[in-house]
Amino acid sequence: MEYVKLINCMRCGMCLPHCPTYKETFLETASPRGRVALMRKIEEGELEASERLLEYLSLCLDCQACATACPCGVNAGEMVAEFKCERHEGRGLSVMEDLVLRKLLPHPDRLEAAVAPMRAYQRSGLQKIVRSLGILKMFPPAIGRMEGLLPELPARPLRRTIDEVTPAVGEERGRVGFFLGCVMSLVFSEASYATVQLLSALGYTVVTPKAQKCCGAPNMLAGDREGLLEAARFNVDLFAGHDLDFIVTDCGGCGAELKKYGHHLAGDEAAAAFGNRVRDISQVLSLHGDELREKLTPLPLTVTYHDPCHIAHCQGIRQEPRSLLKLVPGLDCRELAEADACCGSAGTYNIEKPEMSDRVLSRKIATIKATGAEVLVTSNPGCLLQLKKALAEETPPVRVMHLTEVLHRSLSPR
Amino acid sequence: MEPSFIKELSGIVGTDQTLIDTESLACYGYDSTPEHESRPGAVVLPGSEEEICRILALCHGAGVPVTPRGSGTNLSGGSLGRPEGVVIQTSRLNRIVEIDEENLTATVQPGVITSTLHKAVEAQGLFYPPDPGSMNISTIGGNVAENAGGLRGLKYGVTADYVMGLRTALPDGSLLRSGGKVVKDVAGYNLNQLLVSSEGTLGLFTEVTVKLIPRPPVKKTMLVHFPQLEDAALAVSRIIAARVIPATLEFMDRVTIRCIEEYAKVGLPLDVDAVLLIEVDGHPAQVEEEAAAVRAVCEKHRCSFFQTAATADEALKLATARRVALSSLARMKPTTILEDATVPRSCIAPMVKLIQETARKYDLTIGTFGHAGDGNLHPTCLTDERDTDEIARAHQAFAEIFEAAIAMGGTITGEHGVGLAKKKYLPRLVGESGLRVMRGIKGAFDPKGILNPGKVF
Repeated sequence: MEYVKLINCMRCGMCLPHCPTYKETFLETASPRGRVALMRKIEEGELEASERLLEYLSLCLDCQACATACPCGVNAGEMVAEFKCERHEGRGLSVMEDLVLRKLLPHPDRLEAAVAPMRAYQRSGLQKIVRSLGILKMFPPAIGRMEGLLPELPARPLRRTIDEVTPAVGEERGRVGFFLGCVMSLVFSEASYATVQLLSALGYTVVTPKAQKCCGAPNMLAGDREGLLEAARFNVDLFAGHDLDFIVTDCGGCGAELKKYGHHLAGDEAAAAFGNRVRDISQVLSLHGDELREKLTPLPLTVTYHDPCHIAHCQGIRQEPRSLLKLVPGLDCRELAEADACCGSAGTYNIEKPEMSDRVLSRKIATIKATGAEVLVTSNPGCLLQLKKALAEETPPVRVMHLTEVLHRSLSPR
Repeated sequence: MEPSFIKELSGIVGTDQTLIDTESLACYGYDSTPEHESRPGAVVLPGSEEEICRILALCHGAGVPVTPRGSGTNLSGGSLGRPEGVVIQTSRLNRIVEIDEENLTATVQPGVITSTLHKAVEAQGLFYPPDPGSMNISTIGGNVAENAGGLRGLKYGVTADYVMGLRTALPDGSLLRSGGKVVKDVAGYNLNQLLVSSEGTLGLFTEVTVKLIPRPPVKKTMLVHFPQLEDAALAVSRIIAARVIPATLEFMDRVTIRCIEEYAKVGLPLDVDAVLLIEVDGHPAQVEEEAAAVRAVCEKHRCSFFQTAATADEALKLATARRVALSSLARMKPTTILEDATVPRSCIAPMVKLIQETARKYDLTIGTFGHAGDGNLHPTCLTDERDTDEIARAHQAFAEIFEAAIAMGGTITGEHGVGLAKKKYLPRLVGESGLRVMRGIKGAFDPKGILNPGKVF
């Protein structure tokens, strides 16, 4: 950790009202400036990296709302992630981490095969039986939470069903690469299908290289920088040969990571070029607002938009999704209070820190309910998983849709 | 601290609201004041007035110092505890008890965030004017204890002008009620005003009743460039001489303008000495008239550019320059020393000039911005705490700046408070008799001296 980054924090407290965990606890140790202070004390030799201290740091959701709020440009969230990464480096990976980060995530075929039993489990009706019998209570709570979060999986991941090249409808305006992402392709293949269709309808030829690997964000979080760099190099090379205007993703987390490839592989021109070309789907669609408006048909729904942290805070994208929703005729868009506050999903946080995750989630659910919207729109798989589960349990239930699903439905009504 | 004492303490608030681990205490060793650090012996987060009184009674009995703390946005070290003492954080007491539309008052618990109160009263067409720079996180209790100011001070005054009633827990755990909802009250000494700006040395507020006013229906925002510093300063006093009291009359100097442009690129000119941000508010006809008067004065005093916002969005854009002033300065160097020198507004020009000359003399970068209408300036030194020589020069420079402020009939702090940071300048400002009276008051409230010891005096 660069020391100057730590002393840049002037402890003004502007981050506090934006930090989900501070808002829940009012504790300095659960605040961005407190986390920076703790890391600084370690660096200065005043504190040891004790178990308790690491526990305090691990309460950070890495939503980076603090970075948006900070007058001095301190990104406490990213610094905590970097700190954890540095600490993990050289320690080697646990068997489980090695399995997931090295043996599964970089190999989409294996990953898909691994998820297959889950799909079979859901389809066979076994899930219903397991849930009704409460068998999950016998397993560690994390397993139960994981099982509970997963919505019904699509028959086949998008990577399996999509063509490598989806031609533009009408005259070709440009060529874009599509970055699938793991969870989007595996769980939310319909939304990603909608993404590709929207791009194609607007005249883009969409290239989806099937060999693509995970963006590497999970490796970074586990301190596996090597794994991250390997994934980055592979993806940069894979997309390099296709003469693309943009590399598009509909996953906020992937977008935030892919945009940093130039930084990760410093000095590598191809990586910098790759990073500069990455766009969130909302950024590309926003370029063609007028055209899209003409194509969209009425959709009489009341919706509200939740800003995923990786879209709003990490990529600074706020206006585009809202403007796109306003293009849809008949759509009643209501602004969500604290729309860019974290939903508590935060990667695997909701499994590792269920209590805090639930508290952060409750606040989110309350604001969503207050809008009276029938549909919650967002654009990140973590948020989709977390909010789908929670909002299905509300009365009346609130539906959750990816931004591109809403737009696609308006583009080609069923 | 004694384990038996900690046990009693946690018996009152619960173990989960009693912090004694090294890591937690390290995070309460600071507030927003640069260069000041002091780790408390314990931190508690009470959940009720009763708990506050019981904690105070316990500490009083044991002779343990107590320091009140809200969100820790204090800029004079006032919310830092003592190694042998307890810090009481009031954040959990965050309920708006009542908004009384008939009496135009709001009653809140001390931990209510200032901007939360703003939103709640504005939703009912009412207005609570004090708006300190930290209002999105500062607490009302802290605002009262420090008599917080803000951008609207010129027309609407500061926190003291809005405090009507207080419930205050005294050091021995007893409860003092002062003021209330009555507009007129001359029964005895004005304890309310005494407690406002007492910096946590006399008591701990458990409930605050503030005055509300009707929300001004419209406002107009203007941004004015001045090639010459003197002209800008003259315009400030002439606007007021023209019988116009703007809600906001903010100033930024050349260094600040350059930093803002470098960081935020809001389109400020790099060849002017000063920029003023002016807002007038009230009824539409009056606002039109006042805006025209402001424009006439500025043009007479050779402004090079005068921009009026036509829409709310534009107003926001114009105000951006002032809003990002501190951020822009803070991003230039690792350590930002934000000061609070205040002079009569007729002395703005000589004061800014003196600050600039002092900065040159000590080879420092100091940007000055602030509430020109109140004469309340924030000379902000951009430095690096690792450069001990530069830090020493900064302190010398500020000593000279404060000395000059006092000589001009000004004060050492307009809104940040004395706390630890300004202690050494207070005797020079209030004199022996001033100190004697203040110490006497302190003794009357807190004979054992357990409340926020070491602050102010």
